[in-house]
Amino acid sequence: MTPALALRDLRKSFGPTEIIRGVTLDIQAGERHAIIGPNGAGKSTMFHLISGRIKPTAGSIALKGEDITGLEPYEINHRGLSRSFQVTNIFPKLTVYENIRCSVLWSLGYRYSFWRFVDRLRDANERAEEIMEEIGLSARKNTPASILAYAEQRALEIGITIAGGAEVIMLDEPTAGMSNKETEQAVALIRKVSEGRTLVMVEHDMSVVFGLADRISVLVYGQIIATGAPAEIRADKAVREAYLGEEAH
Amino acid sequence: MLEIITFSTLNGVLYGMLLFMMASGLTLIFSMMGVLNFAHASFYMIGAYFGFEISRRIGFWPGFVVAPLLVGGVGALIERFGLRRVHGYGHVAELLFTFGLAFVIEELVNMFWGRLPVDYRVPPSLDFVAFKLFDTTYPAYRMFMLATAVAMFVFLILILKRTRVGLIIQAALTHPNMVAMLGHDVPTVFMLVFGVGAALAGLAGVIAGPALVTQPSMAGLLGPILFVVIVVGGLGSLTGAFLASLLIGLVQTFAVAINGSLFDLIGPTATTIFGELGSVTVAQIAPILPYLLLVVVLIVRPTGLFGNRET
Amino acid sequence: MTGASRTLLAFAAFAVILAIAPMVFASGTSVTMMSVMGVMIIFALSYNMLLGETGLLSFGHAVYYGLAGFFAAHAMNLARQQGLPVPLPVIPLVGGVAGLFFGVLFGAVSTRRAGTVFAMITLGLGELVSAFALLMRTFFGGEDGISTNRAKLLPVFGYKFGPQIQIYYLIAIWCFVCVALMYAITRTPLGRMCNAVRDNPERAEFVGYSAQRVRFIAFSLSATFAGVAGALSAINFELMNSHAAGAGQSGAVLLMTYVGGVGQFIGPIIGAVLITFLQTSLSDVTKAWMLYFGLLFIGVVLFAPGGISGWLALHAPLVRGGRIFRLAPAYALAALPFAALFVGMVLLIELSYHMLVDAASEGTKTSVFHIAMDGASAPPWIATVVLLVGGVLGLRAVWPKIGDAWAAATEPTGGEA
Repeated sequence: MTPALALRDLRKSFGPTEIIRGVTLDIQAGERHAIIGPNGAGKSTMFHLISGRIKPTAGSIALKGEDITGLEPYEINHRGLSRSFQVTNIFPKLTVYENIRCSVLWSLGYRYSFWRFVDRLRDANERAEEIMEEIGLSARKNTPASILAYAEQRALEIGITIAGGAEVIMLDEPTAGMSNKETEQAVALIRKVSEGRTLVMVEHDMSVVFGLADRISVLVYGQIIATGAPAEIRADKAVREAYLGEEAH
Repeated sequence: MLEIITFSTLNGVLYGMLLFMMASGLTLIFSMMGVLNFAHASFYMIGAYFGFEISRRIGFWPGFVVAPLLVGGVGALIERFGLRRVHGYGHVAELLFTFGLAFVIEELVNMFWGRLPVDYRVPPSLDFVAFKLFDTTYPAYRMFMLATAVAMFVFLILILKRTRVGLIIQAALTHPNMVAMLGHDVPTVFMLVFGVGAALAGLAGVIAGPALVTQPSMAGLLGPILFVVIVVGGLGSLTGAFLASLLIGLVQTFAVAINGSLFDLIGPTATTIFGELGSVTVAQIAPILPYLLLVVVLIVRPTGLFGNRET
Repeated sequence: MTGASRTLLAFAAFAVILAIAPMVFASGTSVTMMSVMGVMIIFALSYNMLLGETGLLSFGHAVYYGLAGFFAAHAMNLARQQGLPVPLPVIPLVGGVAGLFFGVLFGAVSTRRAGTVFAMITLGLGELVSAFALLMRTFFGGEDGISTNRAKLLPVFGYKFGPQIQIYYLIAIWCFVCVALMYAITRTPLGRMCNAVRDNPERAEFVGYSAQRVRFIAFSLSATFAGVAGALSAINFELMNSHAAGAGQSGAVLLMTYVGGVGQFIGPIIGAVLITFLQTSLSDVTKAWMLYFGLLFIGVVLFAPGGISGWLALHAPLVRGGRIFRLAPAYALAALPFAALFVGMVLLIELSYHMLVDAASEGTKTSVFHIAMDGASAPPWIATVVLLVGGVLGLRAVWPKIGDAWAAATEPTGGEA
């Protein structure tokens, strides 16, 4: 079966510093895949490379078998990949509803049209309502995104990411900065919205990672030192030494 | 021919260095504060007018020293009591503020000195012929301008490379957010940079005033070219600003010296193909060249020659 | 009342105002002024498609207005000379097409970048066009410009469009249509994405939209409407000269739009009406009117970045909640020092202007606010200083009270806020 995402010897240098040093990884369709690793390992850089925010120095990326190396973010998005950001990245002056609706427009084929009213696009409005219901922000429909509470903004961040119905969803630290209760809700939300899709996430909270992920990859100094099911990763000697070392005691 | 080349090169370099005196301040202000100071050419203009006012009352040399300092003071005050206030509203508001300021300054100059050019003269001590080449003379004042511009350039390099302040500024050029983290009093640094940038532009005005024309439209005529310089050079790059200044200085000076047209080059077909543009001389299109250069550079290299920043 | 019916009501009111305005203000000067207002409403709204809706600050929007005006003037002349059966009311379409053409051409270059660089490119393109205009004398007519005659085209239902009132209604109809279209565009997928790109171009790319393409389409549409406005201006004045495409006109549309307010659709309409009114009336009252415009602009940037409509919108919830009266005492208290400051500023500018510019030829005696005074004597200057200092100190003292009143008025008191 063609993997949802296939990275082949991916490399990225900033000046003389190589941040991603040859990553090769297959992520299967339908799996929940977590990428963990210490700070500065290059997790976010890897996300940026896959989603097109920055261009790789060498190597290739394939999405569902199609080469997407070097494409623009919107082109990659058209091919069925959507991502969230570690630092909340929403449309601050727009309402919650507009945030979500803007994010469903392309997937429903409305492109750059300026000859039909958005309010009359039944499918776009229904879909936006559904997404708001799903992320639990229906009550905040007409609130400008900038004045939402932090956890609500994080939920909106996920809502924007899943709104387009992409098959591959990438979440960058979705629970960062949340309280325990908020994290629980976020995990439930992620579990729900990733149903039937491929999920790639970067996460620091190990309970979230081991609770959600089908497989885990460990990134250290720009290289993947292990990939496997949670139990295998827990047992992996190299991982324990390089990364979990402290926590294993 | 050789004399045209020699004098055009000299004048081109001179014009380029004058541009750089302003473009350097503009670039520093932009890099550190994120503000594109629309009123920068206005500081050049008030430099010229202050220089004129002081020179007719006391003499050229006191004006040469005092006028740039005054302009720097005005700049620092504007930063402190105007720009700092709009800082919170974002860069567009800052740009709009300086845009309005340029407009107000022009109107104030109109009010104080009138709409006609003022008689800002070359000081007698510099009013002689520097050298003569193939029957064409070159005024000493222009050599003085060139020397001043080069001296400022060297001074700027020394400050940037050799002093602590220079290090902070360089750090700010590449890592705009880092300076604050190093614990420097950012508002004061901003005010100083803005003031020094204004003073540099003022100095350019003081020395350019007698050679060019000191009139209320001088800011409006020069400002857009200044922006072309820093966009072509790449916003935020001092090297880029320097090379673009020289490039535009030379291109414009040489263009003015060439009195030929397409018509002269390829004959009547020029007018059949290009209409009336076929008979326009190169000298006539000199004012357009910087903007054409801007368009070409942006098509080929959207970040400018040495730019690496997106906005 | 639903949003849609409220919109319909607003447009109905707009239509009625356009229709009856010349009956209320029937003098020749009023009708001429209102014709210009109609043109400027279209122009300013087209500008706000960039600035307010898409977050693009242009210093060269008059390029599309001016160039389209020249094409319209030439089209009218051509139609007359060739005897083509073209009625005057369709000439704005020529302007729209010309605006679109140049919008696509220059937009392709300038929308590659956003933010500050975009602003600088538009400035450069504006200078480029101005410089070209001086070279191409046959098309732009040099200093004199291109004149035309609106009354020599094919009559429509017997109207020949000689009288100004007919031109007013022609402009009014085009104005209504363009305003409706531009409003409609804000309600489309593109219009929503313009806002999204304005707020966060990066995220827009990750939900499938090329920020550059959104900017480019918005730019082209905006240039089209600017072109319609330019053509209407050519019809109105029967004259086009290259200043119409120049930096001054670009600055004017920025002034109107920003003073009116970029955050509300109605903002640029308010700005266009107010600034056009001031342009016509202030220049009769004071020679320093350009300076007042500059100061007005800076004042808005410094103290009311939302413009007039933004300031009004702040009060809308209070009006709806019936609490606006709680602000009245504080506002009344602020009015006095504000008036003092205003009068002091005017005195300062008028006295300075008179002493610096006119005193040499007219003597030092002048009058401000119809009060005779001598600029060479001390009293008017003392009054100026007293008013300015008093105004500033007074405003400083009153400012916290306004803050308190706001807090009191907006404080939720159990009911719906």
